[in-house]
Amino acid sequence: MTLIVEGLTIDHGAIRAINNVSFKVPQGQLAAIIGANGAGKTTLLRTLSGLKDATSGSASWNGVSILGKRAEDLARSGIMHVSDGKSVIAELSVKDNLALTGLWQKDKKAVTEATNEVIELFPILGQRLSQSAGSLSGGERQMLAIGRALIARPKLLLLDEPSLGLAPLIVEQIFQTIKSFVKKMDLTVVLVEQNAMGALKIADEGIVLNLGSVVAVDSAEKLLNDPAVRSAYLGF
Amino acid sequence: MIRQFALPTWGSKMTEFITAILTSLSSGAIYALMALAIVLVWRSTRVINFAQAGQAVLTTYIGYTVIQRTGSYWLALVVAVISGAIIGAVIDRFFMRPIFKRVKSGPIVMIAPVVATLGLLGIIQAIIGFIWGLTNQSIEAPVSTGGYKVMGKVIAFSSYNLLVLVAVAIAMLLLTILFQRTNIGLALRASAYSPEIARLSGIKVDAVRTLGWAIAGASGGLAGMLYIPGYFLYPNAMDLLLVFGFVAAVIGGLESLFGAVAGAMILGFAINFSTTYISQKLFFPTAFIVLVLVLLIKPSGLFAAKKSRGA
Repeated sequence: MTLIVEGLTIDHGAIRAINNVSFKVPQGQLAAIIGANGAGKTTLLRTLSGLKDATSGSASWNGVSILGKRAEDLARSGIMHVSDGKSVIAELSVKDNLALTGLWQKDKKAVTEATNEVIELFPILGQRLSQSAGSLSGGERQMLAIGRALIARPKLLLLDEPSLGLAPLIVEQIFQTIKSFVKKMDLTVVLVEQNAMGALKIADEGIVLNLGSVVAVDSAEKLLNDPAVRSAYLGF
Repeated sequence: MIRQFALPTWGSKMTEFITAILTSLSSGAIYALMALAIVLVWRSTRVINFAQAGQAVLTTYIGYTVIQRTGSYWLALVVAVISGAIIGAVIDRFFMRPIFKRVKSGPIVMIAPVVATLGLLGIIQAIIGFIWGLTNQSIEAPVSTGGYKVMGKVIAFSSYNLLVLVAVAIAMLLLTILFQRTNIGLALRASAYSPEIARLSGIKVDAVRTLGWAIAGASGGLAGMLYIPGYFLYPNAMDLLLVFGFVAAVIGGLESLFGAVAGAMILGFAINFSTTYISQKLFFPTAFIVLVLVLLIKPSGLFAAKKSRGA
């Protein structure tokens, strides 16, 4: 199973948000897409998860095109997108938020198992099950959003800015957790981040986007040591 | 204008007071059904469904026809509620969904669907006119509409009013169970609060939305069958009720089912108490006085959903 994106172009009304972007993410790899605000990272993810239409190009997962499909169908087929802005439903309890991805699964025993695993991964969620998601801290919300996605037993995880608005210590913790469960669950991950340093540290591969175009694709390690990337995106 | 009492006794004052409470409850109950119908659609689709008045009156005509054929009010009630659900679902699936697909951006997004429901209201009422004619019909109440006797005086609260209260209470209970205790209810709530997150979680939001329209239609169907026996049945018979339901929904904050019921009860009490104690003429203005007061004091409605902390 490989995610293959070829010549993908996406328009935001009259504005070209993503221009002729190509990359591959093989099974079990974590690819970090980094770039400044406005580079088109979020738009790219929204298209891959079926929330937005592409203008041209192709994207396929496991040999099957994922463009033009509905987000809910892609989600059920194992492509889970955790959108940015701490994507939890504030009005619902933590328990109900976690239950959303189990609603349509036939095997309820597997859902219970997956839920228990998620609570093991993020014990704080277990303590807050009956609280409303709106009462959680930013880090806890991010854990809830990721936990909800994991209960769907995804194959491909699309993570949009999990570090956004979190304190540095929490960011570190979230990245480490992502790294651990990705390896354990053999997930393929596309991680979109402004926090390029944090993302590249846990990634296998890095893709640098600038104004909608790919400007560099390389192993994460090489990108971390690339002087041009360092000065442009890592700030030192 | 204050009503004159010839040396009112405590007894008659008390009777009047209790009657006002009971009638407030039973009229509030019917407003609540309409308010629920409006809130259910608003939550799922972000549209104020003016066609609801037409849908509810259409289902009541269907109920009326069932009564003509079979003589059974109860069968008619069931048929009206079911056909209300079907009509609601059909309208969403074949009318609203295509409109939303076509209208995607610009200021027209907010207006087009609402105007479409207004147009639909006219179309439904015209269809009713073609099928059943424009003359007043009536539906006989299944139980006595004669007021109960309290301390030798007949009060304005009957077995029929009691039936309305009980029926609405049962409907509320079923809705509460559906929304709070079932998986379908969780899907309905999630899709209402955040369609995007629901979608990304694998919930078929479009289907859930159609279900919301169906439940709203059923609620309107019940409202019609409970409301019309005290009045006449004609194509515009539910227009006023739609307005009251809308006002109640806004008082309740438009988002919350509990708020819709509470808003309807506030409205029922305000209308019945102002007409009992001040003037019959206040029937219509009271609704709007309450609406304006609520909007001035708490524009988001009295029971708007609590927002999250921080971001």
